[in-house]
Amino acid sequence: MQIPYNEEPRPDTGLYNAKLGIWLFLASEVMLFGALFSSYILLRTGNPDWHQEELDVVLATINTLFLITSSVTVVFAWMALRLNDFAKFKLYLWLTMALAGAFLVVKYFEYSAEFEHHLYPSSNNFMATYFTMTGLHGIHILGGMVVFGYLLGPGAKMWKSEPERFTNRIEVAGLYWHFVDLVWIFLFPSLYLL
Amino acid sequence: MAGHSPEEISAERRVYVTVFASLGVLTLVTVAVASLDLSTGAAIFVALAIASVKGSLVACYFMHLIGERKLIYAVLALTFFFFLVLIFLPLAAQADRMGG
Repeated sequence: MQIPYNEEPRPDTGLYNAKLGIWLFLASEVMLFGALFSSYILLRTGNPDWHQEELDVVLATINTLFLITSSVTVVFAWMALRLNDFAKFKLYLWLTMALAGAFLVVKYFEYSAEFEHHLYPSSNNFMATYFTMTGLHGIHILGGMVVFGYLLGPGAKMWKSEPERFTNRIEVAGLYWHFVDLVWIFLFPSLYLL
Repeated sequence: MAGHSPEEISAERRVYVTVFASLGVLTLVTVAVASLDLSTGAAIFVALAIASVKGSLVACYFMHLIGERKLIYAVLALTFFFFLVLIFLPLAAQADRMGG
Protein backbone atom coordinates (compact mmCIF):
# COMPACT_ATOMS: atom_id res chain seq x y z
CA MET A 1 0.00 0.00 0.00
CA GLN A 2 1.28 3.44 -0.91
CA ILE A 3 1.62 5.81 2.03
CA PRO A 4 -0.08 9.04 0.96
CA TYR A 5 1.25 12.60 1.02
CA ASN A 6 4.96 11.80 0.91
CA GLU A 7 5.52 14.42 -1.72
CA GLU A 8 2.46 16.58 -2.23
CA PRO A 9 0.94 18.47 0.71
CA ARG A 10 -2.10 17.02 2.42
CA PRO A 11 -5.07 19.27 1.59
CA ASP A 12 -6.22 19.82 5.18
CA THR A 13 -2.79 20.47 6.77
CA GLY A 14 -1.05 22.03 3.78
CA LEU A 15 2.01 19.94 4.66
CA TYR A 16 3.47 16.67 3.49
CA ASN A 17 3.08 14.15 6.30
CA ALA A 18 6.73 13.82 7.31
CA LYS A 19 7.00 17.54 7.87
CA LEU A 20 4.13 17.60 10.35
CA GLY A 21 5.64 14.47 11.91
CA ILE A 22 9.06 16.00 12.46
CA TRP A 23 7.58 19.17 13.97
CA LEU A 24 5.52 17.11 16.43
CA PHE A 25 8.67 15.19 17.31
CA LEU A 26 10.61 18.44 17.75
CA ALA A 27 7.83 19.71 20.02
CA SER A 28 8.45 16.68 22.25
CA GLU A 29 12.17 17.42 22.11
CA VAL A 30 11.55 20.97 23.31
CA MET A 31 9.87 19.48 26.38
CA LEU A 32 12.69 16.97 26.91
CA PHE A 33 15.45 19.59 26.87
CA GLY A 34 13.09 22.07 28.55
CA ALA A 35 12.81 19.72 31.53
CA LEU A 36 16.59 19.63 31.83
CA PHE A 37 16.93 23.41 31.50
CA SER A 38 14.20 23.82 34.08
CA SER A 39 16.01 21.47 36.48
CA TYR A 40 19.27 23.36 35.94
CA ILE A 41 17.64 26.72 36.70
CA LEU A 42 15.90 25.30 39.77
CA LEU A 43 19.06 23.65 41.11
CA ARG A 44 21.09 26.79 40.53
CA THR A 45 18.66 29.33 41.91
CA GLY A 46 17.75 27.10 44.84
CA ASN A 47 21.33 26.72 46.04
CA PRO A 48 23.03 29.81 47.49
CA ASP A 49 26.38 27.93 47.49
CA TRP A 50 26.14 26.92 43.85
CA HIS A 51 29.57 26.06 42.45
CA GLN A 52 30.12 26.63 38.74
CA GLU A 53 33.22 24.91 37.33
CA GLU A 54 35.38 26.73 34.79
CA LEU A 55 34.96 24.88 31.50
CA ASP A 56 36.96 25.19 28.28
CA VAL A 57 35.32 28.15 26.54
CA VAL A 58 37.67 28.06 23.55
CA LEU A 59 36.79 24.46 22.68
CA ALA A 60 33.08 25.15 23.19
CA THR A 61 33.28 28.22 20.93
CA ILE A 62 34.96 26.16 18.21
CA ASN A 63 32.22 23.55 18.61
CA THR A 64 29.55 26.25 18.33
CA LEU A 65 31.10 27.38 15.05
CA PHE A 66 31.21 23.75 13.83
CA LEU A 67 27.49 23.31 14.49
CA ILE A 68 26.50 26.63 12.92
CA THR A 69 28.51 25.73 9.81
CA SER A 70 26.92 22.28 9.69
CA SER A 71 23.47 23.91 9.72
CA VAL A 72 24.47 25.81 6.59
CA THR A 73 25.92 22.76 4.84
CA VAL A 74 22.78 20.71 5.48
CA VAL A 75 20.56 23.43 4.06
CA PHE A 76 22.92 23.69 1.06
CA ALA A 77 22.59 19.91 0.56
CA TRP A 78 18.79 20.34 0.38
CA MET A 79 19.16 23.22 -2.07
CA ALA A 80 21.48 21.12 -4.26
CA LEU A 81 18.78 18.43 -4.54
CA ARG A 82 16.22 21.05 -5.57
CA LEU A 83 18.65 22.02 -8.34
CA ASN A 84 19.00 18.32 -9.34
CA ASP A 85 22.68 18.35 -8.44
CA PHE A 86 23.17 15.04 -6.63
CA ALA A 87 26.99 15.28 -6.57
CA LYS A 88 26.85 18.60 -4.74
CA PHE A 89 24.20 17.23 -2.38
CA LYS A 90 26.56 14.41 -1.43
CA LEU A 91 29.44 16.81 -0.93
CA TYR A 92 27.44 19.05 1.40
CA LEU A 93 26.00 16.17 3.39
CA TRP A 94 29.45 14.63 3.82
CA LEU A 95 30.66 18.03 5.00
CA THR A 96 27.81 18.05 7.52
CA MET A 97 28.86 14.59 8.71
CA ALA A 98 32.48 15.73 9.01
CA LEU A 99 31.49 18.78 11.09
CA ALA A 100 29.27 16.63 13.31
CA GLY A 101 32.17 14.20 13.75
CA ALA A 102 34.53 17.08 14.55
CA PHE A 103 32.06 18.29 17.20
CA LEU A 104 32.10 14.88 18.89
CA VAL A 105 35.90 14.63 18.72
CA VAL A 106 36.22 18.02 20.44
CA LYS A 107 33.66 16.90 23.03
CA TYR A 108 35.71 13.74 23.61
CA PHE A 109 38.80 15.86 24.34
CA GLU A 110 36.76 18.10 26.62
CA TYR A 111 35.35 15.18 28.60
CA SER A 112 38.84 13.60 28.79
CA ALA A 113 40.34 16.82 30.19
CA GLU A 114 37.51 17.06 32.73
CA PHE A 115 38.03 13.46 33.88
CA GLU A 116 41.76 14.19 34.21
CA HIS A 117 40.86 17.04 36.55
CA HIS A 118 38.70 14.57 38.51
CA LEU A 119 35.49 16.21 37.40
CA TYR A 120 32.77 13.58 37.08
CA PRO A 121 28.96 13.64 37.07
CA SER A 122 29.18 12.72 40.76
CA SER A 123 31.48 15.66 41.61
CA ASN A 124 28.75 18.25 42.17
CA ASN A 125 25.32 19.35 40.91
CA PHE A 126 26.83 21.54 38.21
CA MET A 127 28.94 18.74 36.73
CA ALA A 128 25.96 16.35 36.92
CA THR A 129 23.85 18.86 35.00
CA TYR A 130 26.65 19.56 32.54
CA PHE A 131 27.28 15.89 31.70
CA THR A 132 23.56 15.09 31.48
CA MET A 133 22.76 17.98 29.15
CA THR A 134 25.84 17.82 26.92
CA GLY A 135 25.65 14.01 26.94
CA LEU A 136 22.04 13.99 25.78
CA HIS A 137 22.91 16.62 23.18
CA GLY A 138 25.87 14.50 22.02
CA ILE A 139 23.56 11.50 21.59
CA HIS A 140 21.40 13.70 19.37
CA ILE A 141 24.46 14.58 17.28
CA LEU A 142 25.21 10.87 16.96
CA GLY A 143 21.59 10.18 16.00
CA GLY A 144 21.78 12.84 13.29
CA MET A 145 24.96 11.25 11.94
CA VAL A 146 23.25 7.86 11.73
CA VAL A 147 20.38 9.40 9.75
CA PHE A 148 22.74 11.30 7.44
CA GLY A 149 24.81 8.13 6.99
CA TYR A 150 21.69 6.24 5.95
CA LEU A 151 20.65 8.99 3.53
CA LEU A 152 24.13 9.00 1.98
CA GLY A 153 24.30 5.20 1.87
CA PRO A 154 21.42 2.78 1.34
CA GLY A 155 18.77 5.50 1.59
CA ALA A 156 20.25 7.41 -1.36
CA LYS A 157 18.69 4.91 -3.80
CA MET A 158 15.41 6.74 -3.39
CA TRP A 159 16.81 9.71 -5.31
CA LYS A 160 16.52 7.63 -8.52
CA SER A 161 13.01 6.28 -7.88
CA GLU A 162 11.31 9.12 -5.96
CA PRO A 163 13.45 12.29 -6.10
CA GLU A 164 10.78 14.57 -4.61
CA ARG A 165 10.27 12.28 -1.62
CA PHE A 166 14.02 11.98 -1.10
CA THR A 167 14.36 15.79 -1.18
CA ASN A 168 11.66 15.98 1.49
CA ARG A 169 13.55 13.46 3.60
CA ILE A 170 16.60 15.69 3.48
CA GLU A 171 14.51 18.70 4.48
CA VAL A 172 13.07 16.80 7.44
CA ALA A 173 16.49 15.49 8.54
CA GLY A 174 17.75 19.07 8.20
CA LEU A 175 14.97 20.38 10.47
CA TYR A 176 16.06 17.92 13.14
CA TRP A 177 19.67 18.97 12.67
CA HIS A 178 18.88 22.68 13.01
CA PHE A 179 17.03 21.89 16.24
CA VAL A 180 20.15 20.16 17.60
CA ASP A 181 22.11 23.30 16.66
CA LEU A 182 19.48 25.47 18.36
CA VAL A 183 19.73 23.52 21.61
CA TRP A 184 23.50 23.99 21.60
CA ILE A 185 23.06 27.74 21.07
CA PHE A 186 21.35 27.84 24.49
CA LEU A 187 23.54 25.21 26.17
CA PHE A 188 26.74 27.05 25.29
CA PRO A 189 26.16 30.27 27.29
CA SER A 190 24.17 28.52 30.04
CA LEU A 191 26.91 26.04 30.87
CA TYR A 192 30.14 27.67 29.73
CA LEU A 193 29.73 31.41 30.13
CA LEU A 194 27.33 32.18 32.98
CA MET B 1 6.36 25.34 -0.58
CA ALA B 2 9.96 26.01 -1.50
CA GLY B 3 10.53 26.75 -5.17
CA HIS B 4 12.95 24.92 -7.42
CA SER B 5 13.94 27.67 -9.85
CA PRO B 6 17.65 28.61 -9.88
CA GLU B 7 16.77 32.29 -9.26
CA GLU B 8 14.70 31.48 -6.16
CA ILE B 9 17.40 29.16 -4.84
CA SER B 10 20.14 31.70 -5.50
CA ALA B 11 18.20 34.31 -3.47
CA GLU B 12 17.75 31.74 -0.70
CA ARG B 13 21.47 31.00 -0.68
CA ARG B 14 22.24 34.67 -0.05
CA VAL B 15 19.86 34.66 2.94
CA TYR B 16 21.50 31.53 4.38
CA VAL B 17 24.99 32.97 4.01
CA THR B 18 23.91 36.22 5.71
CA VAL B 19 22.31 34.28 8.59
CA PHE B 20 25.43 32.13 8.91
CA ALA B 21 27.68 35.21 9.11
CA SER B 22 25.35 36.78 11.71
CA LEU B 23 25.42 33.62 13.82
CA GLY B 24 29.23 33.54 13.70
CA VAL B 25 29.52 37.19 14.75
CA LEU B 26 26.93 36.77 17.52
CA THR B 27 28.83 33.74 18.88
CA LEU B 28 31.98 35.85 19.16
CA VAL B 29 29.97 38.70 20.72
CA THR B 30 28.59 36.26 23.33
CA VAL B 31 32.10 35.19 24.28
CA ALA B 32 33.39 38.80 24.32
CA VAL B 33 30.51 39.98 26.54
CA ALA B 34 31.13 37.08 28.94
CA SER B 35 34.68 38.34 29.48
CA LEU B 36 33.37 41.78 30.56
CA ASP B 37 32.92 42.37 34.26
CA LEU B 38 29.13 42.49 34.28
CA SER B 39 26.97 41.69 37.30
CA THR B 40 25.53 38.15 37.28
CA GLY B 41 22.04 39.41 36.46
CA ALA B 42 23.20 41.57 33.56
CA ALA B 43 25.48 38.80 32.21
CA ILE B 44 22.61 36.28 32.24
CA PHE B 45 20.27 38.76 30.56
CA VAL B 46 22.74 39.68 27.80
CA ALA B 47 23.86 36.10 27.12
CA LEU B 48 20.28 34.80 26.93
CA ALA B 49 19.19 37.75 24.79
CA ILE B 50 21.96 37.03 22.26
CA ALA B 51 21.17 33.29 22.37
CA SER B 52 17.49 34.09 21.72
CA VAL B 53 18.39 36.20 18.68
CA LYS B 54 20.63 33.40 17.38
CA GLY B 55 17.95 30.79 18.06
CA SER B 56 15.34 32.91 16.28
CA LEU B 57 17.61 33.26 13.24
CA VAL B 58 18.05 29.48 13.07
CA ALA B 59 14.32 28.82 13.55
CA CYS B 60 13.09 31.52 11.16
CA TYR B 61 15.53 31.01 8.29
CA PHE B 62 17.20 27.59 8.47
CA MET B 63 13.99 25.93 9.70
CA HIS B 64 11.86 28.16 7.45
CA LEU B 65 9.46 29.23 10.18
CA ILE B 66 9.06 32.48 8.29
CA GLY B 67 6.35 31.49 5.83
CA GLU B 68 5.41 28.14 7.36
CA ARG B 69 1.88 26.66 7.54
CA LYS B 70 -0.57 27.68 10.28
CA LEU B 71 -0.72 24.18 11.74
CA ILE B 72 2.99 24.29 12.58
CA TYR B 73 2.57 27.68 14.26
CA ALA B 74 -0.30 26.20 16.29
CA VAL B 75 1.84 23.22 17.37
CA LEU B 76 4.69 25.53 18.33
CA ALA B 77 2.45 27.99 20.20
CA LEU B 78 1.15 25.10 22.31
CA THR B 79 4.69 23.82 22.84
CA PHE B 80 5.91 27.28 23.85
CA PHE B 81 3.11 27.64 26.38
CA PHE B 82 3.93 24.32 28.04
CA PHE B 83 7.64 25.12 27.87
CA LEU B 84 6.99 28.29 29.89
CA VAL B 85 4.94 26.25 32.38
CA LEU B 86 7.84 23.79 32.62
CA ILE B 87 10.32 26.57 33.36
CA PHE B 88 8.25 28.83 35.63
CA LEU B 89 5.99 26.47 37.59
CA PRO B 90 8.90 24.91 39.55
CA LEU B 91 10.34 28.40 40.13
CA ALA B 92 7.00 29.69 41.35
CA ALA B 93 6.70 26.70 43.68
CA GLN B 94 10.19 27.34 44.99
CA ALA B 95 9.53 31.04 45.52
CA ASP B 96 6.30 30.15 47.34
CA ARG B 97 8.12 27.73 49.62
CA MET B 98 10.91 30.20 50.36
CA GLY B 99 8.43 33.00 50.96
CA GLY B 100 6.34 30.85 53.29
